[in-house]
Amino acid sequence: MNSKTKNILVELAFSVLAIIISFMIGAIVILFIKGNPLEVFGTMFSGAFGSLSNFADTLEYATPLMFTGMAVAFAFRAGLFNIGAEGQLYAAAFAVAVVGFMLKLPPFLHITVVILTALIVGGLWAYVPGVLKAKLGVHEVITTIMMNYIALDLTNYLTMRNVFKQPGQIPQTKDILHSAQFGTMTFLSKYTHLNSGIIIAVVVAVIVYFVIARMKLGYEIKVTGYNSNAAAYGGINNKNKLIIAMVISGAIAGLAGAEQVAGVMHHFVSPFPVGIGFMGIAVALLGKNDPFGVIAAALLFGALSAGGTQVDTMTTVPREVIDIIQAIIILFVASEVFLRKLIVQRIKQRKYRKMLEQSNLEQLDV
Amino acid sequence: MSKNILEMRNISKVFGDVVANKHINLSVSYGQIHAIVGENGAGKTTLMNILYGLYAPTTGDLIYKDEILQNMTPALAVKKGIGMVHQHFMLIPPLTVYENIILGAEPTIKKTGVLDKKRALEKIKEMSRKYSLDIDPLALVENLSVGEQQRVEILKVLYRSAELIILDEPTAVLTPQEVDKLFEILKLMRNDGKTIILITHKLKEVLAISGEITVIRRGEVITSLETKELNKTKAPENELANYMVGRPVLLRVKKTEAKPGNDVMRLKNLTVNDNRGIKKVDNVSFNVASGEIVGIAGVDGNGQTELIEAMTGLRPPIEGELSINGKNMTFTTSREFFDAGAAHIPEDRHKHGLILEMQNNDNFILGKQWLSPYQTAGFLNYRAINKMSDELIKNYDIRPDTYKVKARNLSGGNQQKLIVAREMTRQPKFLIASQPTRGVDIGAIEFIHKKIVAARDGGCGVLLVSAELSEILSLSDRILIMFDGKIVKEFVNKGITEKEIGVYMMGSGA
Repeated sequence: MNSKTKNILVELAFSVLAIIISFMIGAIVILFIKGNPLEVFGTMFSGAFGSLSNFADTLEYATPLMFTGMAVAFAFRAGLFNIGAEGQLYAAAFAVAVVGFMLKLPPFLHITVVILTALIVGGLWAYVPGVLKAKLGVHEVITTIMMNYIALDLTNYLTMRNVFKQPGQIPQTKDILHSAQFGTMTFLSKYTHLNSGIIIAVVVAVIVYFVIARMKLGYEIKVTGYNSNAAAYGGINNKNKLIIAMVISGAIAGLAGAEQVAGVMHHFVSPFPVGIGFMGIAVALLGKNDPFGVIAAALLFGALSAGGTQVDTMTTVPREVIDIIQAIIILFVASEVFLRKLIVQRIKQRKYRKMLEQSNLEQLDV
Repeated sequence: MSKNILEMRNISKVFGDVVANKHINLSVSYGQIHAIVGENGAGKTTLMNILYGLYAPTTGDLIYKDEILQNMTPALAVKKGIGMVHQHFMLIPPLTVYENIILGAEPTIKKTGVLDKKRALEKIKEMSRKYSLDIDPLALVENLSVGEQQRVEILKVLYRSAELIILDEPTAVLTPQEVDKLFEILKLMRNDGKTIILITHKLKEVLAISGEITVIRRGEVITSLETKELNKTKAPENELANYMVGRPVLLRVKKTEAKPGNDVMRLKNLTVNDNRGIKKVDNVSFNVASGEIVGIAGVDGNGQTELIEAMTGLRPPIEGELSINGKNMTFTTSREFFDAGAAHIPEDRHKHGLILEMQNNDNFILGKQWLSPYQTAGFLNYRAINKMSDELIKNYDIRPDTYKVKARNLSGGNQQKLIVAREMTRQPKFLIASQPTRGVDIGAIEFIHKKIVAARDGGCGVLLVSAELSEILSLSDRILIMFDGKIVKEFVNKGITEKEIGVYMMGSGA
C-alpha cells in the first residue's frame, strides 16, 4: 500500500470514528429522553434510504450543501475562512430569480444565463472581502460576515419592491419562467424537488479536483495557503491568488443559490432559508477540504436531514435529537487533532517505552 | 566523594516520534570545561534541558554531587547550584543590568523588606571584577551589544552562586574578538573552581578551551575523551569531525583561483527600510562578476536580510538600481529575478524556501511552476515533475529517497539540499546563497560548499551571505563587510584572518 492511499485511509478512519462516536452519544441522549435508540436509528435510516423517494429527499437536502461545502473548502486551500457562503448564496439566489423571470430566452440559453449570473454575483460578493484582505489586510472572517448581513437585508428590501415582488401577501419575487428552471428528477419520485443541480455539483467537484491537484493555478493557491512567504519567494503574486481563490469560492457558493431558486423554489422568498452557507463550513470540515470528501459529507448531512424528518413524524423523539447528533459530529471532527493526539501518541509512547526498556531503539530513526 | 560533579546515567528521551537521547552516559569532573559537541539535532540541547529540569527524561538518572536528583525542576537546579545560559537570551531589555541580574533573587533589607540596592550592586561589582566581566550595572540592557548581554546572562547565573554552569552555543552570535573575551572569562571561572559545560558545534573552539569532550551523534554518546589526548593527534579537528559525523569530512573545500569575467550583477545606491520604516540598508552599491564568489560578512541583523529581500523582489526598496545579466529589475516580483537567469537559496528555509506541508515534488517546482516542461497551458505536468524530482533526489542524495514525503519530514540538512538542488538546476548565471548551511550538519555543509564552488567554476557569479566567518573565508574570493546597513570594507580573500574581519564587523576600524 503506498503512503498516499494509506494517508487517505487514516484520514477516513478518523472521520468514520468521529461519526460512530457521535451516534453513540446520540444514543445516550435518546435513552435519556426514554426513547429507543435502535428504533430511532432504524427510522432514520429508512427515512434516508428506505425508498427511492426517501433517497431522493437525501439527495435533495445534500445538493446545496455540496456547493457551499465546496466553496468553503476551496477558500480553505488558500488559507481563507469564507464564512460568507451564506451571503454569496442570497445575493446569487436573488439575482437568479430576477434574470429568471425578467429575461425571455430559449430554454438552454436561459439556463446558461442563470448559471453565469449565479457565478458572477456570488463571485462579486466574495470579491469585496478578497480585495480588502489582499490590499488592506482586513480579516476575511469579519468582512464576509458583514457581507452576509448586507446580502440578507438588501435582498429582503429588493424583494418588496414592486418591480420584483409577486403581488399578494407573501414577500417573494415573481416565479421564474419555465425556460430558466432546472429539470426535476421526477422519475425517482413524483413530488421530489431533486433537480439537475446535483449533476452540476458533481461536475464542479471534478473541476475543482483538477484545478487543485493538476493546475498551476491550484498549485499557486495551495502554496499561498500553506506559506504565503514561500509563495512570494516562488514568484507567485500571493495577493492576487487570495482574491482569485475568494472569487472562485464565492462563485461556487452562488451556484447553491441558483440550485435553490431555479431547481427547488422557482422564486426568491424573503427571508431566504438560513443556514445552508454556514452548514457548508461543517461539510468542508468533515470532507477534509477534498471535493469528493465534500460530496460524501454533504450526502451524510443530507441523509441526517431526511432521516430526521422521518424521526420527527414517525417516533416520539423530536427531530432536535438528530440536530444534536449532527452537532456532535461537527464537534468531533473539529476536535479531531485532539482526538488523534490522544490516541496515536498514547500508542506510540507505550511502544517507545517498551523498546527503550528492551534497548531496541536501533530500529527507530532519530 | 566522587571526582565527578555530575553524572547522567542511561538517559533517554522520546518526543512523539523522535528519540532525541538514547542511553546517554555523561560524567563531568569538578573544575573542568566540558564540551558537548555534536551536529545540529544530535540531542545536545535536549540533554542539557533535562539536566536543568526543563524536560523530564523518559528513563535514566541524574546524579549531582553524589546525590540522585529526582523530579528535577529549574528551581531545584538553581537551588543546587546549576545555572544555564541559553542560546537565546532571557533578558528584559527596558530594565537595567542589575535589575535583570537580581530578578527572582532580590536582596532585601531584613526589617523592612525593601530592596537592598546597595548590597546588590556591591555583589555584582565584586563578581564583575573577579571574572573581568566588565559591565555597568546601571546601564539599560536594550543599549548593550550582544556580547555584553551575554555577560549579563553569565552574571545572572553567578549571582545565584552557580557551581555548574551550562552555556548553550554561546559563540553563535559573537564576533571573533568577543569569542576571545568570552573564553578568557570562562577560564577565570574555571580557575576559581566552577565547572562549565559548553555546548557547541564549532570544533576549533572546543579544542582551544575544553578539558573534556563528549561527542553526541544521533542521540547517542559516541565517545568521551580528554582534549589534551585529542590535541596530540595529527589533525585533531578532523578527528573530532570524524566522531561527529561518523565518516571523514573535508572541513575546507578545495578550490582553485577565481577567474572573474563580466559583471552578472550590478547594484547601485540601494536603500531599504524594514517593516517598521527603519533604514536597514543604506546606499549600498557593489557588483558581482561571473566566476567569482563574493561573500558578505557581518553580524546578523546589520541589513543583510533586507538587502537580499530587496534584490530578489521580496521587499520593495526605497531607491536603487539593480541589473542582473543586463536586465534591469523593477523590484516587484521574485519571478522577474528568476526569469533574469538568477537563483536564490533563501536564508530561512522554513519561511521562504519550502512549503513544509507539501510533498518534495511540489517543493522542487517552487519558482519554476511556470516553466516548460513542468507546465503547459495552465496544467502541471506531473510526469515531468516527478521524473525531475527522482533525478535530483538521486544526484543530491536527499533522504528519504522519495518525492512522496512532505518536506516537513526531512532533516534540516536534507531540506537544505532540496533547496540547493532546486536552485542549482536553474543553471543560474547569478546565485544568491544566503546562510546556505545554517543549522545543517557537517556532511551536508561539505556537500553544499562543493556545489557552490562548482557553480562558480561553471561561470556563475555567486553572492554569499553568511554569519559564519569560517564559511565566508573558505568560500569567498572577495569579501564585503556589512555593518549597520553599509558596506564598510572590501577585502580580496588572500591571507585575511577572522580577527581582521572581526574588527570591521563591530563597526570600528573603518
